[in-house]
Formats: sequence, C-alpha cells, structure tokens
Amino acid sequence: MTIKLHGAPMSTCTAKVLTCLHEKGIDFEFVPINLLAGEQKQPSFVAKNPFGLVPVLEDGDFTIFESRAITSYLAEKFKDSGCDLIRHGNIKESAMVKVWMEVESQQYSPAVSPIFFQYFIVPKRGGSPDQAIIDESSGKLGKVLDVYEQRLSGAKYLAGDFFSLADLHHLGLTFYFMKTPCARLINERPHVKAWWEDISSRPAFQKVVPGMTLGAK
Amino acid sequence: MATPVKVYGPPLSTAVSRVLACLLEKDVNFQLISVNMSKGEHKVPDFLKIQPFGQVPAFQDEEISLFESRAICRYLCDKYADKGNRGLYGTNPLVKASIDQWLEAEGQSFNPPSSVLVFQLAFAPRMKIKQDPAVIKQNEEKLGKVLDVYEQRLGESRFLAGDEFSLADLSHLPNTHYLVSATDRGELFTSRKNVGRWWGEISGRDSWKKVVQMQKQGA
Repeated sequence: MTIKLHGAPMSTCTAKVLTCLHEKGIDFEFVPINLLAGEQKQPSFVAKNPFGLVPVLEDGDFTIFESRAITSYLAEKFKDSGCDLIRHGNIKESAMVKVWMEVESQQYSPAVSPIFFQYFIVPKRGGSPDQAIIDESSGKLGKVLDVYEQRLSGAKYLAGDFFSLADLHHLGLTFYFMKTPCARLINERPHVKAWWEDISSRPAFQKVVPGMTLGAK
Repeated sequence: MATPVKVYGPPLSTAVSRVLACLLEKDVNFQLISVNMSKGEHKVPDFLKIQPFGQVPAFQDEEISLFESRAICRYLCDKYADKGNRGLYGTNPLVKASIDQWLEAEGQSFNPPSSVLVFQLAFAPRMKIKQDPAVIKQNEEKLGKVLDVYEQRLGESRFLAGDEFSLADLSHLPNTHYLVSATDRGELFTSRKNVGRWWGEISGRDSWKKVVQMQKQGA
C-alpha cells in the first residue's frame, strides 16, 4: 500500500485527512500515533514532521505534513476519483475553493480553536474553562459566522453550489465545537446550521466520527 | 496587452504586500487601488461586496473577484503559470505539494506569533496603542521555537521547499521585513545562521525590493 497516514483518530487535523481519503475512495494504511505518550515528539516522528505534529502522510518515498497541504495533494493526485474536491477543471470555481480554504484557515479556525481548547483540552489538564477567553472568541466567531450566513444564503456550499475542500476542512473542529454551549452560534444562523447538517452527514465524514472520541464535560 | 489586474489595499499592509510580491515575481501587470483604512474605507458596503470580512487585500481581474492573500497568490501562480518566475509554485505535483506544506507552516505556525509581534512592536507605537509585554514575551518564545525548526530545515535546504525560491519563502517576507527593519527583535532571525542567510537571500530579490519601495512611497 503506497499511502500511509500517521495520526490520531480523535485529532481534528487527522480527521481532515481521513475524511478526504474516504471522499476520494483512496486505499491507505493508518498508523496510529499515541499523542498522550508524546510519540509525536520522538525522533523517528520528528524526522517526518519537524514541528512534531500529526498528521503526516507518506506516499511511497514522498512525505508531507500540514493537513491542508495533504488534502490538497490528495485532491490533486486523485482528481479523477470520488468527489471533485478542488474543481480542477474550472479556474473560477477552483479559485473560490482556494479563497474559502483560506477563510477556514485564517478566520474560522482561529476563532473556534480557543473555544475547543477551553472545553476539551483544559479540563484534561485539570483546569476549568476560562470564560473570558470563550467570550472573546465567541465574539470574533459571531462576526465570522455573520459572513458565512450571508454567503450560504446565496450558495449551497462555501465555494459555490458544490461541496469542496473548503467545506471539508471545517468538519473536524466543528464536530467538537457543536458539543459545547457555543453551538448556539451556529444553530442560531439558519443557513449555517443547514450547511453544517448537510456536510456533517456525508458518508465519508460519518466513517471518521467514531474515532473522534475527545469528550466534553 | 492584458488589462492590468486590480489589487485593493495599502502596500504597508503585510497581506497586501504578500500579493504585490507575487505579482512582481510573476511579471503580471497590476493597478494598486488605495483603500484608506484610517477613514474606514475597508468597511463601506461597496468594499464589503468584494471582501466581506472588511479586510485587505481584495483582488479583481476580468474573470473574478478574490480575497485572502495566500489564495490570491496561488490563483496567480495557476493562472499565469507560464509568466515570470515559472517555478514559484512548482512545476510538478511533488514540488507543489512541498511548497504548499511550507506555505501552510507559514500560515499556521509562523504567521500567528510574528503577526502579533509586528503589531505590538512596529504598529502599536505608531498608533499610540499601549504595548503588552506579556503578549510580546509569549509570542517571542513561540516564534523562537518555529525559527528553531526553520534553522534546521534551512541547514538541509537552500529554501524552505527545496533548492528554488518559492511561494512558501515569499509568504514570509512581509512580517519578517517589519521585524528585522522596524523593531529591535530582528536578531530572532539574524542570530540564527541559516535563517539569517535565507533572509538575506529572499529579501534581496528584486521583487521584494520593489515592494519595499512601494511601501516607502505609499505610506
């Protein structure tokens, strides 16, 4: 099997790549990395990703890290298999996919990650969620989601009327986010809510969900 | 001759300057349209139509309207693949993937702490906003750890993604330029031998020198 994915099933970034592999129907071998035991900081793993982060993909001799670079690589290499996640045949559509991939990366996830961290990671380390951080991030996220609500009133998905990597990249982090009290930020916005229900019910992501076992208190 | 593409935003903006550097590398004619942010021109309805988050840059050509500087750069490299620096985004899928990997490292690991430092150390004083020493210290430490990874990488490879200058290196120019030339934290880069060498090379390119010139003129 030429493709190996090193990662942790409950990790949002690993989930991004797993979902992409399933959307494209690509065969792969999964190599679990034990994050609790710090396996990602061991020399053998750091040799693959000097930042010591999951996931890492190996395709034969080729190694690549950063989940969004991995999904782009897979979507390009297997562009004729499964779902067309990057709209490679249409320069305008592929440009819109690029734009909304960056929106997820630079606007959405930076606003959601602190909320996820406070509810899911801080308690594991024996602390309590910091409401000031949650409130600040909720404020930022609300403004981002207002733009999403407007966008999704005019198009079924973020880059247009087609599911793409731009939507897919939201799945892992939002899955956990929807288990927090801040889920109302999405539920209160009807087009965003409908979009979330649509993309999270796709069979490819449903295959990944059982592994996403980080529990909120 | 092709109609010049349009870029909206001040050249002093790090994200705008990222796009300008890419346009210059690709030899694509452009028109820079000013957006007076101190007057709130980036929040008016006509501007929000092309950039719904009310940020700069925005971009238009005859076909399309785009935003997010890294998306604009990738689009330019795909659309104008045969113009200017043809290797900027790789000429084969594996090199392109390697460039994407380091572009993501820039966006996810380098940009957050370096942006905070650029704001705190270069812009806040000019805007008469109070600096936060705890935030500065925290982000210096974060950036230091990222630059340690870069130091090792740039000892193995001339540029981040390989032996050729690429979009991945280019994406680092705006924030690094401010930190090295407009703050006293330039040593974060210059005290690391390989990072210092790399910075000298990438900042010495004609395209970046022109952008710096535009920043000086367009203040």
